[in-house]
Amino acid sequence: MTTAFAVRTGSTRQLAGTGTLLRFALRRDRVMLPVWIAVNTLMVLSMPNALGAVYPTEADRVGLMRQMQANSSLRAMIGPVFGDSVGALTAWRIGVFAAVLAAVMSLLVVVRHTRDEEESGRQELVASGMVGRRASLTAALLAAAVADGVLALLLAVGLAGQGSAGAVAFSLGVAGVGLLFATTAAIAAQLTESARLARGLTSAVLGTAFVLRAAGDAATDDGSSVLTWLSPLGWAENLRAYAGERWWVLLLFAAAVAAQGAVAYALAGRRDVGMSFLSTRPGPAAGRLGSAGALAWRLQRGSVLGWSAGFLIAGVVYGGMAEGAADLVGDNAQAREIFERMGGQAALTDAFLAAMAGVMGLVATLYVVGSVLRLHGEETSGRAEAVLAGPLGRLRWAAGHLLVAFGGAAWLMLLAGLGLAAGHGREAGALVGACLVQVPAVWVLGGAAVLLYGLVPRAAPTAWGVAGAVVLIGWIGPALDLPQRVLDLSPFGHLPKLPGGAMHWSPPLVLLCLAAALTATGLAGLRRRDMTT
Amino acid sequence: MTKAITVSGLHKSFGRTPALDGLDLEVGTGEVHGFLGPNGAGKSTTLRVLLGLLRADAGTAQVLGRDPWRDAVELHRHIAYVPGDVTLWRNLSGGEVIDLYGRLRQGGRAERGGRSDGLDPRRRAELIERFELDPTKKGRTYSKGNRQKVALVAAFASDVDLLILDEPTAGLDPLMEEVFQRCVAEERGRGRTILLSSHILSEVEQLCDRVSIIRRGRTVESGSLADLRHLTRTSVAAELAGPPDGLARLPGVHDLDVQGRRVRLQVDTDRLDAVLRRLSEAGVRSLTSTPPTLEELFLRHYTADDDEEAR
Repeated sequence: MTTAFAVRTGSTRQLAGTGTLLRFALRRDRVMLPVWIAVNTLMVLSMPNALGAVYPTEADRVGLMRQMQANSSLRAMIGPVFGDSVGALTAWRIGVFAAVLAAVMSLLVVVRHTRDEEESGRQELVASGMVGRRASLTAALLAAAVADGVLALLLAVGLAGQGSAGAVAFSLGVAGVGLLFATTAAIAAQLTESARLARGLTSAVLGTAFVLRAAGDAATDDGSSVLTWLSPLGWAENLRAYAGERWWVLLLFAAAVAAQGAVAYALAGRRDVGMSFLSTRPGPAAGRLGSAGALAWRLQRGSVLGWSAGFLIAGVVYGGMAEGAADLVGDNAQAREIFERMGGQAALTDAFLAAMAGVMGLVATLYVVGSVLRLHGEETSGRAEAVLAGPLGRLRWAAGHLLVAFGGAAWLMLLAGLGLAAGHGREAGALVGACLVQVPAVWVLGGAAVLLYGLVPRAAPTAWGVAGAVVLIGWIGPALDLPQRVLDLSPFGHLPKLPGGAMHWSPPLVLLCLAAALTATGLAGLRRRDMTT
Repeated sequence: MTKAITVSGLHKSFGRTPALDGLDLEVGTGEVHGFLGPNGAGKSTTLRVLLGLLRADAGTAQVLGRDPWRDAVELHRHIAYVPGDVTLWRNLSGGEVIDLYGRLRQGGRAERGGRSDGLDPRRRAELIERFELDPTKKGRTYSKGNRQKVALVAAFASDVDLLILDEPTAGLDPLMEEVFQRCVAEERGRGRTILLSSHILSEVEQLCDRVSIIRRGRTVESGSLADLRHLTRTSVAAELAGPPDGLARLPGVHDLDVQGRRVRLQVDTDRLDAVLRRLSEAGVRSLTSTPPTLEELFLRHYTADDDEEAR
């Protein structure tokens, strides 16, 4: 009796303060979470109208479905089609993307409120209050659950017009993936000592899940491959929203969330605050870093190597898929039109390769913005202050990081081109060129980040918003029939479509000048303003 | 004496919040200058202006005869700085950071007399030993005090004319604090100028030739400790042979408390003479006089700040 009672008080004590911490977490994320949820919701809810406009009749939709089903490259990228209703096509077109966004949102929230807090030392102060040992992790997971829950609710309500059962299945699948990666992030946060590494580790798991699903869906046209079933993203598609929902798949999510959560709690209970399971090795007693450039490279080289591997692998995989894209020699004018608008003009293989080069250019903007914003991180953390107290001008200090940012972006696109060439086995020069022609557009985004950082350092993180908008326009803008004025806002929209299209030199040159002007203005601002701490 | 730092009428606001409001500061070459003030008085802001990290709104500042904003890079070759809150790169070892600062200071110029890293290697090794620093640990594993030591070793091992130290001993234990004090004394012996912002009064009393006290972005006192002591009051307690006479009428006497033949009072230090004469006229049986401490000096200015705040 007494023991049972003691255990119970013990376990409630472990959660003491969870409510307060949860409210605090939601307050800290009061801008970030609504933005993530709104972007995801708007993206999904714009689909039924867009698809309905392009494929108004059932015959159109059946034709689209047949072709998509027959094309293994497209199945790998987007997933298999299970039905010809507008709802089913929406779930097909946007399901994986929405689930990935939910997963990223969840992993960011969880790491932010667990490992980030410990790394910064804030956790010590919090834990010294009336706060249970498990409260922080629980609050972080609950914050992610709240976000995923709200997202699911909005999606379910918004899609209910297409049929309520499908709406519920679709939104639960998206939220299930989100929650699952929240618990993955919770495990990663116990393993690593740095928040950056915890985010990286979880993102790598997410990337693996995407690749498994893509490989499985390339092999089968009904999501039945073992590889697909190994991936949580595959579970979401196998829920078959709007196509004879399989509700039991939800049990997989529940079981996986419970299992990963249990692992995270078990790990958390076995370690000290601030410590981790992957420990830090000692470094050299004397250093060889001697310049701003060397320092910037040393700080960013891990990230550059990770991105390099990703770009090379993605290039090889997409290059290998390109032949399959030619299967899509259908008579459906609209499908062809969509695909051509996504980036190509000539033969479908070329169109596919051009679209992939464009996609990798879009992803490279995320690298360049993150890399430029290292300057901001160095400044706000106070580390820049100590460096700038030496005889090192601000411009030279910034130049070190910008070299890694801009040079790294060009390097990544070169790797992507080489990867495409290796995977495709032909047209090496044209494919490398197709990727390199994206570089000026990537640099424009980098320049925008420098501009924001130099002129309004407090608003520097909004560079992520600019990059996010460009990625959204590029990724789903064409399928949404957005007006040309909006599409023109993205620098990528002005680039020649290579391979297959004609090379026009003026757009990349204009973009180069624009990038240079943005960067120069930002640097001029940096030179004149106060350093913030 | 030439001046290492001359600041006059410095103004700086952040948005609508004024941080510096006509600050003056003079630091002579070769002196250790204590820079005191309550939290938020503008000490760190001043140091950042002197380093060219912030640009003053008005007023002039000269460091080693140069403009700290315009000539920042050239100037920094001769300055070492220890910030109040040392942050290190998580994945760089302490030794790497020390050498990085050293090389950056040298500006990547060609070797000078075999010292390719801008630091004196013997001095570097000696300092690491004296501060008991493990240079192989990574930035994220250092405690606050150890991060402070990394910055201190880098600063003391470099060949500069001016050291700017912003509350450098905040995280150090008493033993390390003593090491620090000896290092400062050695640096002074080499003719280096040190501007030391601090809250530890015993440290300032022991180390500094002159001090400046600032409050709300203005300099309220500046001078040698001996000068400043004249501005404070001495406590006197005496037992007299007969009842004292006319003490209350003397200028500069405060808090007079006469109980029969026992007298307690405070007197402005520069008026001490007259009080002692009056006491000895009455016949002194015993006398204790407590000299003013820096604490009192400090408290007087800090409490004045509170009073003003209350108004």
